[in-house]
Amino acid sequence: MSKRIGANDSPLQALPWLGTALFLIVGFVIWPTVELLLMSFRRIDITGLLKGWAGLENYRSLFDNSDIKGTITRTAIWLVVVVAFTMAISLPLAQLLNAKFIGQKFLRYSVIVPWAASLVITATSWKWILNAFYGIFNLVLQDLHIIKEPIDLLGDAKSGFIVLLVVGIAVSLPFTTYVLLAGLQSIPHDIMEAARVDGAGAWKGYWTIVFPLLRPAFLVATVINSVYVFNSFPIIWVMTQGGPGYETDNTTTFAYKVAFRDQDIGQSASLAVGNFMVILVLILIFLKLSKWREMDKK
Amino acid sequence: MNPKSKHKLQSRSKGLALSITGLIVSFLFLFPYLSMFSTALKPNSSNTEIPPTYLPTEYEWFNFIKVFQELPFGMYLRNTIIISFCTMLLGLLASLPAGYYIARNKFRGRTAFLLLVLVTQMFSPTTLLIGIYREMSILHLINTYLGLILINASFNMAFSVWILSSFFQSIPVEIEEAAFIDGASRFQTFRMISLPLALPGIVTTAIFTFIAAWNEFVVAYTLASSPERQPFSVGLSLLTGLYEVKWNYLFAGSLIAIIPVVILFISIEKYLVSGLTAGSVK
Repeated sequence: MSKRIGANDSPLQALPWLGTALFLIVGFVIWPTVELLLMSFRRIDITGLLKGWAGLENYRSLFDNSDIKGTITRTAIWLVVVVAFTMAISLPLAQLLNAKFIGQKFLRYSVIVPWAASLVITATSWKWILNAFYGIFNLVLQDLHIIKEPIDLLGDAKSGFIVLLVVGIAVSLPFTTYVLLAGLQSIPHDIMEAARVDGAGAWKGYWTIVFPLLRPAFLVATVINSVYVFNSFPIIWVMTQGGPGYETDNTTTFAYKVAFRDQDIGQSASLAVGNFMVILVLILIFLKLSKWREMDKK
Repeated sequence: MNPKSKHKLQSRSKGLALSITGLIVSFLFLFPYLSMFSTALKPNSSNTEIPPTYLPTEYEWFNFIKVFQELPFGMYLRNTIIISFCTMLLGLLASLPAGYYIARNKFRGRTAFLLLVLVTQMFSPTTLLIGIYREMSILHLINTYLGLILINASFNMAFSVWILSSFFQSIPVEIEEAAFIDGASRFQTFRMISLPLALPGIVTTAIFTFIAAWNEFVVAYTLASSPERQPFSVGLSLLTGLYEVKWNYLFAGSLIAIIPVVILFISIEKYLVSGLTAGSVK
């Protein structure tokens, strides 16, 4: 029976089947990760040539960078605000997507669009809508007599950052909403009914019966969304390039600027390692929540 | 009014309220794309019109054709298609046997492989950009299609392996064993029996990787330095930085780039959540 499907194979027998996938993951995901780690400890000149080891010098220069404190604070705000609002809006939105009404399919497809479309294109569209001279955002506000003179929301660091937060939330909603929708759909129909007709009222029924069942999906959506939001680059890059100055940068766009504009690759690598550590923590939380061990047992 | 018809009336007005809410929410989600559409149809002169108008005064449907002459759109589109299509092929080539094998076989190292797949799913090229740049310059793959294809395929391996193995798992093992007993080899069984049965999973994987590569930005932005290798996402971001921006053509091109992808994405909607959460949410 040694040839039976599902038998215990040695790793060598598994290699022809897993080889290509392993080659790609190790060769193009793990290798750059190791490369990045090493570079954060290296001395690298402006042309990219390696000039020996630097110890912790790159990390020290990162902490001496006068813009890093603000960037880290902003990244923390960015992460917490975008994820919190996204999750808070996703809950009722998923409920709406799960309700039966005419036009429900159309709504489901509309919600999916920002998820399917390139973030660069979506961000470019927002940038054009908010354009101080030609954008229709100013036109609407002027027609409603809310403002007299057009305003340049993206030109100012404070309002620019708020705009980025709003767009960040808007493009994060589809994923989290669909995860919650999948969670809602897995709740048996009679339990949903019970929550509805329970004398306690719809609101209480939701929080005591539906939400506890939805919690696993909610947690998974929160963690994966946090990874996406933390890594977010295109929206900020397209809409403000982190400007004016470094005032709307998060740690990813900041790392990009330090490497490719200021040409300080070592310092940028040390910041990227910091970013990577944050992602690792999120991955550990995800592993705890996910049911990958079930897959392992099968 | 008897209670039954009262109830009916209530549920009908509730349905209407839901429909109206649904329509408003749909509009909010579609707004940036509708606004793009309106700009795409405007004549060239209205790019710098103050004040702007909500809708085009003249509808220039030919903008969707003129974009190929006014911008290097054809070239960007060609690059995007080459990169996405090859990423899809390479992705399938690697993930099909792997997904099948882990669905069907126990082997030493299986847990380690699953863990590797799961952990790297969360790795993002954005964070690892400098490492990727360094590796690509060592391999002389900067500004090549191959470099972008390899990176795209690798970073999407996790989703593909996960989706495919859950599809293969849903095929009863008895069907395969019957073929196996009839003297077919393991590979023949895989090719003749399992592959056709897992077709929906294969299509899902193919579409997902295709779209991921289609929309990828940051790696291409960093690695593809010449326009001859840049996908549309990079071209668009560079063209909007120019002194004179032809917004109507840019958005006509953007819509051409978005619409097929949105349709494809909707077609695999059912499987997205399970693939992206590694089966944690079905």
